[in-house]
Order: sequence, then C-alpha cells, then structure tokens
Amino acid sequence: MLCTVDKEGYIRVDGRLLAAFKILLKTAIFVSISFAAVSSRLFSVIRFESIIHEFDPWFNYRATKYLVTHSFYKFLNWFDDKTWYPLGRVTGGTLYPGLMVTSSVLYHLLHKFGLPIDVRNICVLLAPAFSSVTALATYLLTLEISDTVKGLRFKKTAAFFSALFMAIVPGYISRSVAGSYDNEAIAITLLMLTFYFWIKAVRHGSVFYASLTALSYFYMVSAWGGYVFITNMIPLHVFILVLMGRFSYKLYTSYCTWYVLGTVMSMQIPFVGFLPIRSNDHMASLGIFGLLQLVLVANYLKRVLTAEKFHRLMIASGFLVFTLGIAAIVVATKVGLIAPWTGRFYSLWDTSYAKIHIPIIASVSEHQPTPWASFFFDMNFLVWLFPVGVFLCFQDLSNESVFIIIYSVLASYFAGVMIRLMLTLSPVVCICAGLCLGRICGIYMDFRDEISAKAQKSASRVFSLVSKLLVSASVIFYLYYYVQHCTWVTSNAYSSPSVVLASKLPDGSNTIIDDFREAYYWLRMNTAEDSKVMAWWDYGYQIGGMANRTTFVDNNTWNNTHIATVGKAMSVGERESEVIMRRLGVDYVLIIFGGLIGYSGDDLNKFLWMIRIAHGIWPDEVDETKFFTRDGNYRVDDLASQTMKDSLMYKMSYYRLSEAFGGSDPVDRVRRQRLSRPYAESIHLDVLDEVFTSENWIVRIYKLKDPDNFGRDLVSIGEENLAGKSRRALRKLTRTKPDTQLNLL
Amino acid sequence: MKKVAKRAAEKNKKASGKPYHQDLAHSVTLAYKSYLKGLQENQKLRLIDTFLAFLVCIGILQFIFCVLVGTFPFNGFLGGFISAVGQFVLTVSLRLQCLESNQSSFKGILPERAFGDYIFASIILHFVVIHFIN
Repeated sequence: MLCTVDKEGYIRVDGRLLAAFKILLKTAIFVSISFAAVSSRLFSVIRFESIIHEFDPWFNYRATKYLVTHSFYKFLNWFDDKTWYPLGRVTGGTLYPGLMVTSSVLYHLLHKFGLPIDVRNICVLLAPAFSSVTALATYLLTLEISDTVKGLRFKKTAAFFSALFMAIVPGYISRSVAGSYDNEAIAITLLMLTFYFWIKAVRHGSVFYASLTALSYFYMVSAWGGYVFITNMIPLHVFILVLMGRFSYKLYTSYCTWYVLGTVMSMQIPFVGFLPIRSNDHMASLGIFGLLQLVLVANYLKRVLTAEKFHRLMIASGFLVFTLGIAAIVVATKVGLIAPWTGRFYSLWDTSYAKIHIPIIASVSEHQPTPWASFFFDMNFLVWLFPVGVFLCFQDLSNESVFIIIYSVLASYFAGVMIRLMLTLSPVVCICAGLCLGRICGIYMDFRDEISAKAQKSASRVFSLVSKLLVSASVIFYLYYYVQHCTWVTSNAYSSPSVVLASKLPDGSNTIIDDFREAYYWLRMNTAEDSKVMAWWDYGYQIGGMANRTTFVDNNTWNNTHIATVGKAMSVGERESEVIMRRLGVDYVLIIFGGLIGYSGDDLNKFLWMIRIAHGIWPDEVDETKFFTRDGNYRVDDLASQTMKDSLMYKMSYYRLSEAFGGSDPVDRVRRQRLSRPYAESIHLDVLDEVFTSENWIVRIYKLKDPDNFGRDLVSIGEENLAGKSRRALRKLTRTKPDTQLNLL
Repeated sequence: MKKVAKRAAEKNKKASGKPYHQDLAHSVTLAYKSYLKGLQENQKLRLIDTFLAFLVCIGILQFIFCVLVGTFPFNGFLGGFISAVGQFVLTVSLRLQCLESNQSSFKGILPERAFGDYIFASIILHFVVIHFIN
C-alpha cells in the first residue's frame, strides 16, 4: 500500500510515492516558470511580428546569416567591406562570436531533426529560450547558497522563488524580449552558470567543477565583453576569503584550475587575443593567482614552523613580495607591457569622465547613470527584499554568502553608474530576494504547529495563526502585484522593436508606424548595390542589415575619427560639407526626422552629440556654443543661430517641411517650436537632392548631386538659381510682360 | 613546492638584516627537513614532486629561451609556458587532494576521483594549448 491511515487519523504516505510526487511537482514548477519566462517575452512578436529589434541585434543577425551561409573559418576571417567605408572592418576579429555560433548550431541542429526553421526566427526567439535556462541556473545557484545558510528551513522554496523572480524580472526582460537578439541575451545565462559552477567548485574544492567553471567562462568570454565582470569577481571573492583567514586547499585547487584554464581558453577568442595577460582589467586575477601560490607555501611553513619563526619569516617575505609586486606593475605599465586603463573603465569610476573626455561613450543613452525610479521600475518589490537577503548572507557569512555579498555590492555600484548594468544587478537581487522570501515562508507559511492536535493554549495558537496568516497574505499580495507589475512593464516599456513604432490615433485605435522599414526597403530596391549611404552611426547596423548598403559608420564605433568626420559633415555648412562628402565617397545621406510626427529619438536631438564628437577632433572648425542662440537656447525655429541654420543636418531636416502644413506655419512637434512659413520656405539645399521621404517623414534620404558639368560650385549655382526664381516671382507679380525667356538654369 | 619555498627563503635572506640571518636559515632547513620526511613516507608524493620539478624546469627553460631569442611566435611561447604552469598547478591540486591529512577538507573527493578530475582538466588544458599553438 502506498497510502495508509494510521490510528491518530494521519495519512501516512510511502516514501517512494512522495519522492515521485516531489519530482513531478518540481518538474511542473519548472515548466511553468519557463512558460512564464518565455511567454512574457513574446509581447512584441504578438503585437508586431517576428522581427529583430533595435540596432545592435541587426548586426548580430546579419553576422549570423553570414555564419549560416559560410563556413566557420570564413566567419572568423570575415572582412566586411560594407561597413566603415572606405576602411572596412575586420568583423571576424572584432566581434564576440558566441551568440552567432549558438544560433547557427541551433539552426543546423534543428535542420538535422527535420525542423526547417528560418534563421530569423531562431534569432528572434533565442533570448526567450535562454531566459528559461537562466531561471534554471539561478535556481541551482540559489540552492547552492541556501544550502549553507543556517536557519533557512525551506531551501528549495528560496531557490524556486529566485528562479521565478529571475524569469520575469523586468531588469532582465529589458534585454531579452523576443527579437532583442543581443549578446546579453545569452550572457546572463552564462553569468549565472559560471557563478553556479564556481560556487560548487569552492564548496567541494573539486577540479572537475573548476574546469566546468572555466568552460562556461570561456563560453561567456565568447559571448559578451562583460566577461570582465567575472574575471574580477572571482579573484575578489578569493582575495576577501584569504583576508578573512579562510584560505583552504579547496580555494587553491578551484581558483588555480579556473584561472589557468579560463585564461588560456579566453585567449582563443580572436577579439580577446592577448588581453588577459596585457590589459589591466585582467591583472587582478593574475595577481591573485600569484598570491595564492605564496599563500600555499606560507600555509605549509605555518604548519611546520613554530609560530614565532613563522611570524618573522612572513614579515620579511611579505614586505619583499609587496614591493616587488608594486614595482613590477609600475614598470610593466611604463614599459607598455600592460595596456593602460581604457576609457570605459574610467567612466565606471567617475561618472562625468566620459562626458568630458569621450563623448562617443557618453552619447549612448544606456551609458547614462541610472535614475532612482528605474530601480523600482525594473525590480518592483525585490528592491526592498534585496537588502534583507544581503543581511541574511551577512548573518551567515559562509564562503558562498561572501560571494553573494561581494556580487551585490559591486553590481549595485555598477548599476548605479550605468543604466545598462542594471542587467548584472538583477540576478543577485533575485537571489537575495529569494533567500529572504524563503526565510519568511519557512517561518510564516508553516502551519503545522497550529493545525496539529498537540496544541498549546488556544489563545496563543490563535494569535500566532492570525499573525502567520497576515504575513502570508501580504507576501502573496506582493507576489501577485509583482507579476502584475512585471507584465505591465514588459508589455509597455520593453516590447517595442523600435524599428516599428506603435501609436494611437486620435480616435483611440492603434496604428503602426513603419517608416524605417519603408525607407530601408526603398534603399534596397532603388539604389545601386554599391552605393554608399551616410547616416549617423546609430543607423549603421540597420542600414547594413535591412537595406544591405554600404555605410560609413556604425554602432561598432571603433574609429572615433571616422565618426567625427561624419558628424562634421552633418554639422557644417553645405559648401564645406560637400567637400567632406565627396572625399568620403558619399552617394546618399539618410537622416531621421521626427518633427512632423513627434518622434523624439531623431537626429536633431542627437545633433549635439554629433557636434561634440566632431568638436573633439576639430576644435577650431566645429564649436558647440555657436549652435545655441545667444541666450543659450537650443532653438530650431526662426530664432536659431546662423550656424545652426547653415548646418547640413538642419537644412536636411526642415527642407520642404512647409509643404506638409499647407498654408499654415510648420511646427516641429518634438522640439515644440513654430517656424514661420516664409522662413521655412526659404530653407533650400544646393548640394543634395531629396530622393525619398517616408510616410511620416521619419526617414529622409538625400542624394549627393553630381559635380557640375562646367566645374561650377554647386552652392553658387543654387544661389543664382534662387535669385533667378525670386526675380521671376517678382516679374510674375508685376506682370509687365509675359515671361517667354527659357531659363536654362 | 620545494623550489618555491627555497626561493622565497633565499629572497628573505637578502631582504632581512644579519640578526635574522641565522634564524631564517634555521627555519628554512627545518621546513625542508620536514618536507623530506613527508616525501620518504609516501611513494606517490615522490613521483608527483619529481614531475613538478620537471615542470618548473620546463617553464624556466622556456622563459630563458624567450628572453634570449625573443617572443616572436607569442602564442607559441604563451601556449608552452601556460601548459607548464597549468600542469604544475593542476598537479599541485592533485597532490593536495591525495594527501591523507587533507581528506577532511576535501570531503567526497577520493584520490581516485581526484585523479579522474586531474585527467579531465589536463585534457582540456592541452587541447586548448594545442589549438593555441596552432
């Protein structure tokens, strides 16, 4: 019999049945967590279509297509002449191939099984698929940690909570909705997996788990530049443990194995190359590796020698090692063996560094410091469970909890500095919140004492029952509210592909603005295949991916000067700009203009960054202050500064805008400024021809005119023409005699 | 380990003044003796330590070669050097895991399992190194 009822009226269940039931329940929970994780990421597919989002994913998608159609070696040696014209980009050597390799392996695997799924769909759905793996990895990691936390009765509950939080936390969803085919999509999974193996390795001192840590670290290195976070987290963990006097042979075996294997493996990625032994970002791990060797020797001596002798020996050798180490680092940096700290690194410590020194980094919105509200927005009630979880770790302070503490401190700092790094914070927040809720459930959701017949006094029983019910109810309420919030945030904030925009008509019905694809499709169909399109770098990947045309700069931003050149061409007057464009070999110029429909992410709003970046290279020729009015306002209407009015970007944006408004004054709906009609009509372009403007005017494409046959200056021709026009207009007005003369110009 | 300990001790001698001199030397000889004693008792340890000494020699040789001749195929040098260092570290780990006195800290890792792990990690290491050397 599997079930029996004993004398006291309890139902006794057989152990095997219970175990089977447990497994069944666990599987069911995991299936539902995965389901929640995947389905909440599908808003964008359902609302729009299966499409690649934003900017970077378009490059990844293009690279994946290349990998699927070419061989792996060709992919690694891929020289892309369609970008960074005329320089080209050594794409194979300057990308993290992990993401593309993953999806191409999936693609081939599925085809082997007879499931002919399109590359695009694999790319679109990769991030949701991996998010459910992340939930599983978080579960395992939390389980490892909660195992050591004393006083936590329901260890698995804590782990399940963290998995559930991780599955739908908006901070992570923001980078992993369907279509957001970016490195982070798989990197967070690998981050969790690496940490899980690392914790496991430290706990058991196992070389095997340390090797697995190294393997998943390698995968991480191949997938995301953020691997440096692990490279510094693990040594820091070891260092703090050593400082706490927790050195053990386990620590030695796991760290050294991980370091050696991980380092040599990470050097196999072409983009990383010799960085692990050259760059300062990696020096901490090398230093800890050396330190551990010394500590091991010291540990041996400590066992053998008397305390006094050991003490003396340590002071002498410690002093020596310290001076030698500092000297080595200084000399190596001076000689140039170690690369100097990079700009992105400085900007992590000094938030205003980038703004002053490297405008190109500061110009990216996701590199801005995080506003307070977005912590709540991205984590909801986990924000206040997080410190409690950290506190629990402090109470416990096992090796594993120390890891979580370090992780939470570092990640909180980085998330505060850069909004993008909210992504690395969310896992640890989920883990800590899981630990905390696990604890709460262990205490307040356990009604066995209250229900059992062996009762205490009834009054205290009722009292404890009420308090428990109260706490449980509020926890359940918060959980419910969390799910609501996550769903709402995901559907409203993070599910827009930004290639296709949704908007509401005045009558409340939804409409889809598809200007980007319309324009890119136009480019693809109506321009010569080798024509070169100049656009600001944000749109480089999209033009490459959707229009399949050569671009000058793109989101890879490896060459600041080249970007500054494009910025300069946009911000100077027509005559100067023409020279630059001819030298670059521009055929078409593409700009984004949101003034008509009120799309705020347009080029005129990014214009200041173009000016700043150009100013960084040509301080004398491009001056930011001149683009403001005398009283320091950024104006685009009649009162705009002359430099502004002359700049190519300004002219391209407002050229012919008056025609869209019939007889009334044109209004820029983004900057909320009104241009007077005669002024708007007077904006003219001499070196460019308008060839395409999309339905809502978001994308405008201009063609650079061919040089004049008689070798005249295009701008002066234009001016003459204009003068002729006004003369003709005058004549028409006065009507002294009919205009029979053919005006050839 | 012997070499490392010795080297550290030698450095100490130079760094510290004369009053310490004899004392430190005494400490080192004491440590060395107890190390030898440990070796004599265990056949396996002798084997492992010979291998370790060999690896240290190889590492130093490569380093001298690289200083004298130059680092030209840098990946080649790195691969060779890292394989020596890596194998050294892995072997030290194996040595630690095999010692009976350490069994209490490595719960659940028997010497046989340790050896299996060692082989697993070594295979990965050398596979990657070969790929690196090209």
